[in-house]
Amino acid sequence: MSRASTTVSFTVNDEERTVPVSPNATLLEVLREDLDLTGTTHGCELGECGACTVLIDGEPELSCLTLAIDTAGADLETVEGLGEPDPHPIQRAFAERGAAQCGYCTPGMLLTAKHFLERVDEPSREAINEAIAGNICRCTGYRKIIEAIDAVGAPTNESD
Amino acid sequence: MSRTEQQPGEDSGEFDVIGEARTRVDSWDKVRGRVEYVDDLHEGRLAHGKLKRSPEPHAGIAGIDTSAAESMAGVLAVITGEDVPNRFGIMPAAEDETALAQDTVRYVGEPVAAVAAVDEATAERALERIDVDYQPYEPVTSIDGALAPTDRPIHTEHGGDGNVDRLAALEFGDVEAAFEAADHVREDTFFYQGNTHMALEEHSALADWDPGPGKLTVWASTQVPHYIHRQLAKALDIPERRIRVHANSVGGGFGGKTDPFPHQICAAKLSMACGRPVKITLTREEVFYAHRGRHPVLMWVKTGVDADGRITGMDFKSFLDGGGYGSYGPATTYYTGALQTVTYRIPNYRFRGVRVNTNKPPCGPKRGHGTPQPRYALERHVRLLAGDLGMDQIEFRRRNFTGAYERTVNWLEITTNGLEECTTEVLEAANWEEKRATLPEGKGVGFAVGSYITGAALPIYWNDMPHSEVQLKVDRSGSVTVFCGEAEIGQGSDTVLASIVAEVFGLEPEDVSLEVGDTDTTPVDLGSYSSRVTLMVGNAAIEAAEKAITPIFEAVSAELDVPSDRLAARAGRIVDERDPSVGLDLAEAVQFAEAEYGLIGAVGSYTPPAIQGEYKGAGVGPTPAYSFSAAVVQVDVDTDTGEFDVEKVWLAHDVGRALNPMSVEGQIEGSVYMGLSEALLEDWSFTTGGQHYGPSMLDYKSLTVNEMPEVESIAVETQEPRGPFGAKEAGQGPLLPIPPALTDAVQDAIGADIHETPITPRKVLKGLKGRSVGPAGIPDFEFPEPDRVDRPDEWSGGGV
Repeated sequence: MSRASTTVSFTVNDEERTVPVSPNATLLEVLREDLDLTGTTHGCELGECGACTVLIDGEPELSCLTLAIDTAGADLETVEGLGEPDPHPIQRAFAERGAAQCGYCTPGMLLTAKHFLERVDEPSREAINEAIAGNICRCTGYRKIIEAIDAVGAPTNESD
Repeated sequence: MSRTEQQPGEDSGEFDVIGEARTRVDSWDKVRGRVEYVDDLHEGRLAHGKLKRSPEPHAGIAGIDTSAAESMAGVLAVITGEDVPNRFGIMPAAEDETALAQDTVRYVGEPVAAVAAVDEATAERALERIDVDYQPYEPVTSIDGALAPTDRPIHTEHGGDGNVDRLAALEFGDVEAAFEAADHVREDTFFYQGNTHMALEEHSALADWDPGPGKLTVWASTQVPHYIHRQLAKALDIPERRIRVHANSVGGGFGGKTDPFPHQICAAKLSMACGRPVKITLTREEVFYAHRGRHPVLMWVKTGVDADGRITGMDFKSFLDGGGYGSYGPATTYYTGALQTVTYRIPNYRFRGVRVNTNKPPCGPKRGHGTPQPRYALERHVRLLAGDLGMDQIEFRRRNFTGAYERTVNWLEITTNGLEECTTEVLEAANWEEKRATLPEGKGVGFAVGSYITGAALPIYWNDMPHSEVQLKVDRSGSVTVFCGEAEIGQGSDTVLASIVAEVFGLEPEDVSLEVGDTDTTPVDLGSYSSRVTLMVGNAAIEAAEKAITPIFEAVSAELDVPSDRLAARAGRIVDERDPSVGLDLAEAVQFAEAEYGLIGAVGSYTPPAIQGEYKGAGVGPTPAYSFSAAVVQVDVDTDTGEFDVEKVWLAHDVGRALNPMSVEGQIEGSVYMGLSEALLEDWSFTTGGQHYGPSMLDYKSLTVNEMPEVESIAVETQEPRGPFGAKEAGQGPLLPIPPALTDAVQDAIGADIHETPITPRKVLKGLKGRSVGPAGIPDFEFPEPDRVDRPDEWSGGGV
């Protein structure tokens, strides 16, 4: 819990929130500790691993390097808002294709992938690689993550 | 399913769940961010703990002044070494740690004091106000340095041997006579660099001491809740029955969360001191210091072969850089010499190993525990030996491959053995013959094999009790709840457990509820290490499920007047196999059974067979079943820069039976990734002053998606009779052949003969110029005279 000396208002997963925060609190801390949105994970808090990726006004950003006060008025999306009430196709693909093992990188991967798939039709493997290059996964060897993203991005994705 | 008809080796068509690629039971929570990792816990009144760590690699502590920190507003408790003086360690033979340094620090990053405060920032500021008076000593940072005489050893309790921590010396058969009889003898030296797990989740522990009843509850990111339970009791002088350990979902382990850690003990002690729950989550930098990763190992191997290309004898020496403390070191030392004999018949074998202490973070087990290093040396050596003989390396290996149901010279029992089949399949998939003959200069393919244990046959502390226990409750609703102390670390153990019970009960895995990893409510499982969970938990679960379903069959038999041996559990019903339209819904069946017998439930246990040899160190290596792997790696080397791409990896793995082929594939791909990452990039290097070169994810390079090649994985099924439904491990073994196969591919591409990891462009360039790349030699160290061990009796599978 940060020591509040100001407040910030933003929309998180379609819900308007006003949170007392300290000026140096990161968005990661505010999401996890003040809003109890612990689906966003952290692997370094130095911008190295990509685990804490959330969407800020639709763009994937590292919440560990973002000051909460800099997101005033922004539209934030975390993994908790990704598939409500039913899982988003990318969540379904990750689950059904074994793209989540320990699950720790998964929320950041999912939001990165969602942003990517909204912008690219029928993505190439190279484009998928580039999109998730900032997200470290130690479990899967990336193959099933790539396949899951590819399955959702493919022109006829009957699995979804 | 109907157990009466199930025999190992039969077609898997009789199964409803087993053998199908299915969504893991933990997937839905994971993709929705609903999994609760330890750091996600935000108890009310939660205090934040921080550890003050030594900036000195080796120093005496003349004094610690905590008064300034203690008087800060918001600081709830400060502890130092005198508050936690009890020694602990994962292995009874190596209890050389304390939660906070006593009078000596042994590596940069060793905890010396701990603070609990109302928030993290206050705790951090308090650390800065703790004043430690260090008296620096000369640090020891290399194997050579550790073997040199010293009047200030890192540990004094070893007595007399300087910084030698562990020794192993064994001889099976007569190696000198075997060399005499050989037509050709070759020796090589190799160095396998250390590396670390770098699981994405930073370690975390939350401890809550309730002074009322006097009970401690700890939530930990751990692979081994049972061992943590015991070690907390030892470190804190609290009876085990007053400690409860929850193993939360773990965000990656790879062996890095199999030790008891200072932060766990300190969180508990701080909670006892301040009366509030205390959480300590390590930073990424601290995770590098917590380490327990792959030992750097220097190796020497000498092998004799006869005119037919058959190995007559082998002599193997390993020098392990252990870092500051013991960890799993006694086991690791023996593991560097244990499994060489499992893939090749070595009729005479000598192994000598020494683990030294250095002023670096403690090394321990990482995926493959102590075996990727010797596997690298062995596979490279065997390939070079084949070259000496002018023999095709595949043919040479095949002549020396072990087979099914035989006992090695060091008393290891091999049951099913898919080595030959893995080799055949992987070479065919990779189109090996043609590629080896036709790939242009600069491109190459390489080959290697490996083997790993499916669970250590002996526990870490000596006892005769089961290694896995499962308790099962059947509800009158037709659902089943399984209680087991196993720890889901991402490898899929929850899914294995749910799938096995579902198979026996004719349910879907999603119909099975799990209560796992809680020392108060779940029976013991020793933990997620040594690739033991699928086999051991699986067998215990089958026993429990079969016992629990028996009264249900009896009740249905009475109700429907069908003999119970004709009943089967399928698709949520108990049916007559002769006429599946005759049957009852499981819920109804349970209700009849419950009316007749009372609560329906059962327990199951698994204890590995007593198969170890009779010699010191014989506890390391035996397993109910060995997995086998064979790999082909293809590379494209830029001969101007030494840079190279790994283009594709083919990996065939003898998994016994793939209980869930999608999970097996995931384990293979993850193992290939981790093997490539450590062979190419990961470098556990320190300055001579004992400073880690880069304790961050940016400086410590690892493979990203951009460098990760396509992987073609092939599951070879040998139907292991000791495995649950025939299964063996898949989570560690597939890593083993990757580093040597990669090196072989580079050799095939450009002729460079590389004897060490990681294989950097600089080393490739050096190799291109025809210079040798690898260690110059081994230290002139006098090992003790080996224990001579009698040959075991011949064995061809009796008792399996």
